[in-house]
Amino acid sequence: MDFNDTREEADFRQEARQWLTKHAEPKSGAFETWQSRYSGREGWDGLERAKAFQTKKADAGFAALHWPAEWGGRALPPIYQVIYAQEETKFLVPRGYFEIGLGMCMPTLFAYATEAQKRRYAPSALRGDEVWCQLFSEPGAGSDLAGLRTRAQRDGDDWVINGQKIWTSGAHWADWAILVARSNPKAPKHKGLTFFFLSMKSPGIETRRIKQISGASHFNEVYFTDVRIPDSQRLGAVGAGWGVAITTLMNERLTSGDLRGPDFEEIFGLARSTVLEDGPAIRNAAVRERLADLYVKTQGVRLTRFRTMTALSRGETPGPENSIGKLVNAPKAQEIASFAMDLLDMGGVVMDKDVAPLRAAFQESLLTSPGGRIAAGTDEILRNIIAERVLGLPQDVRVDRDLPFEELPTGKR
Amino acid sequence: MTGSLPGLARRRKSPPLASPRPMPYDPRAVNFDFSADQKSLREQARKFLADHASSTRVRRILDGAAPYDAELWRGMGEMGWMGTAIPEPYGGAGFGHLELCVIAEELGRSLAPAPFSSTIYLAAETLLLAGSDAQKKRWLPRIAQGQAIGCFALAEGPQAPTAANLVTRADGARLTGSKTPVADGDVADFAIVAARTGDGRVGLFLVELAGAGVARTPVTTVDPTRSHARVTFESTPAEPLGAPGEGWRLVERLLDRAAVLVAFEQIGGAQAALDMAREYALGRFAFGRQIASFQAIKHKLADMYVGLELARSNAYYGAWALSKDAPELPVAAAAARVAACEAYYQAAKENIQIHGGMGFTWEFDCHLHYRRAKLTGLMLGSARRWKDLLVARLEAGAA
Repeated sequence: MDFNDTREEADFRQEARQWLTKHAEPKSGAFETWQSRYSGREGWDGLERAKAFQTKKADAGFAALHWPAEWGGRALPPIYQVIYAQEETKFLVPRGYFEIGLGMCMPTLFAYATEAQKRRYAPSALRGDEVWCQLFSEPGAGSDLAGLRTRAQRDGDDWVINGQKIWTSGAHWADWAILVARSNPKAPKHKGLTFFFLSMKSPGIETRRIKQISGASHFNEVYFTDVRIPDSQRLGAVGAGWGVAITTLMNERLTSGDLRGPDFEEIFGLARSTVLEDGPAIRNAAVRERLADLYVKTQGVRLTRFRTMTALSRGETPGPENSIGKLVNAPKAQEIASFAMDLLDMGGVVMDKDVAPLRAAFQESLLTSPGGRIAAGTDEILRNIIAERVLGLPQDVRVDRDLPFEELPTGKR
Repeated sequence: MTGSLPGLARRRKSPPLASPRPMPYDPRAVNFDFSADQKSLREQARKFLADHASSTRVRRILDGAAPYDAELWRGMGEMGWMGTAIPEPYGGAGFGHLELCVIAEELGRSLAPAPFSSTIYLAAETLLLAGSDAQKKRWLPRIAQGQAIGCFALAEGPQAPTAANLVTRADGARLTGSKTPVADGDVADFAIVAARTGDGRVGLFLVELAGAGVARTPVTTVDPTRSHARVTFESTPAEPLGAPGEGWRLVERLLDRAAVLVAFEQIGGAQAALDMAREYALGRFAFGRQIASFQAIKHKLADMYVGLELARSNAYYGAWALSKDAPELPVAAAAARVAACEAYYQAAKENIQIHGGMGFTWEFDCHLHYRRAKLTGLMLGSARRWKDLLVARLEAGAA
């Protein structure tokens, strides 16, 4: 048991560090992001700079380390992706532009598209020339994705799409998208879906930004009115879209063990620098107990990730322990934010960056952290996943599995 | 009897650490798991304990008069477990603390009713940390061969023992005072005793319990599968351990080491309780279906699993720090203890809940883990106290 790279891993880490030192800028603060530094023209400056960086990254062979060499990858085991990501966290690098395309859309194309299509789309996605998004969730289909209602109707060699998607990251600047839609409402819900990819420039697509409670807009609603997709852009068989969507979702990236916002180090620092009614916050027994709880959770998630990486480094399949990270971290982010503001007492409500500690990072986190408990699997769905996939418990009794989709009861929301 | 540890027959010298990096602020790719040899030792330990520390055997101690399972203890000696981390010059197998952690996890899983933690994690560790060469030569070979039982006498009744409140005193080389509870104090051959010395500080002393001036009375605890006693000293001859006046510091160092080892017993126990709860939920039907299909039960089991995995990862880090005697040990040990105390108690408590009415019968085994979870949760000091200690150590590290 130790904390050392293998020789090959150490060599690779050195190579990645050298390349990043030469081509990327260091962060000016722990919470600085690409978007906060390059936010001009409603974020379009950031996109253009991100594309330029991505091209350099692809040319250097770091953009898709585990892809086969013929698609510009290095065919390396997943541990190298983790090592590269660790080195990258020390630098200001673009996030949120290419992950969906490279991590979810391209693996789906690799599994279901023609050779000609792969040659057409993979290199441009890898180099950042074309950005992709994923049209899955709908207003009536979140945790229950298979309940989606966006219609796909066959018309000659085309399909015609009508309906609405929501929570689509990056739809406002994406060039291409993958889409799952309902082709047969008379079939049971999982059996009437078909999967496509399409140009986001297609006539009939309208994208609207969603303003979140933090005031930021990371997501979109996407409306489809008689949008035409050639049948050649169908992925998988008609009615087999659910299986294709599962392929996409199985390619979720290994998530980082750390929070993007304030974590244990920040709340610990705040407790040491804040004075309560009875002296320094760090001397207060109730504060100390909560700090200890937060430390144990924080360390637990980070160390659990090291166990996952160890399995990857040994060429083994990671154990189920990797599934706990988001379930622990997302509520913890919310707790840290709220706890920090409690320490600041009446002044805790102030969000002015020049007044609030850490330029209001805790207050920002109070407003962003609820999303973390919902996006990419709610706390409740994650518990179901642990219960079913890790502990092998049965699924809940389902009333929607065998009925025709159009006969399923629906509510007003 | 020789230390056999069959799983470690192919032991290799591990390469020296190039530069062990402090965790977690400079994360690197890692080798953060037990080795194949250590995992094979775990399998052997599990098999042995399934046969020799079954629930039936544990219940013999629960219901009977014997303080511990002597046959099991002999068998553990034959397996060489007592000598795992004792160096070869003192009659041990000279493996290490990682191997000891692996064995501890299995002992915790099986609820082994034997004086292992007292003798090995506390008494032998004290001798290794602070014993003179003569003391080590006298006791360690006997411990390694399973011929001597040791115990650790710190607590003095229903309050947290501290450097300030210990009453037991040492006048020169003679002890006077009373210690309660002392795990395995009724069966041990010798005790490590914390007492106040003439200068008002705390020192550690080694006392042979068979001699004059020692009175031992069994005390009932919440977990009768582990034997406890009140041990009273009346001008009892004792040998000092370690440098004079270093006593309380030594107590803390010792408790840190034991905290990691006990954490492994706790995660073993928590895993067993989770497994029991899962099995029961799969087999029990209510409202026309398996109760394991209800989200109220599934989410409870998922939370038990999450608590256990957080504790397991913290315990692994403690094991690493213990095996390297790393400067991170005090923080790692405190975090391992806090996480393991809470995970085991949560798993044991919710295991009863998932079993419903049968869960609080004597007949079902749920209460064995419930008792052991609380016992291990207090035997080295409460999680409440360790949390305070953890924050104090983080402050010292950040100063």
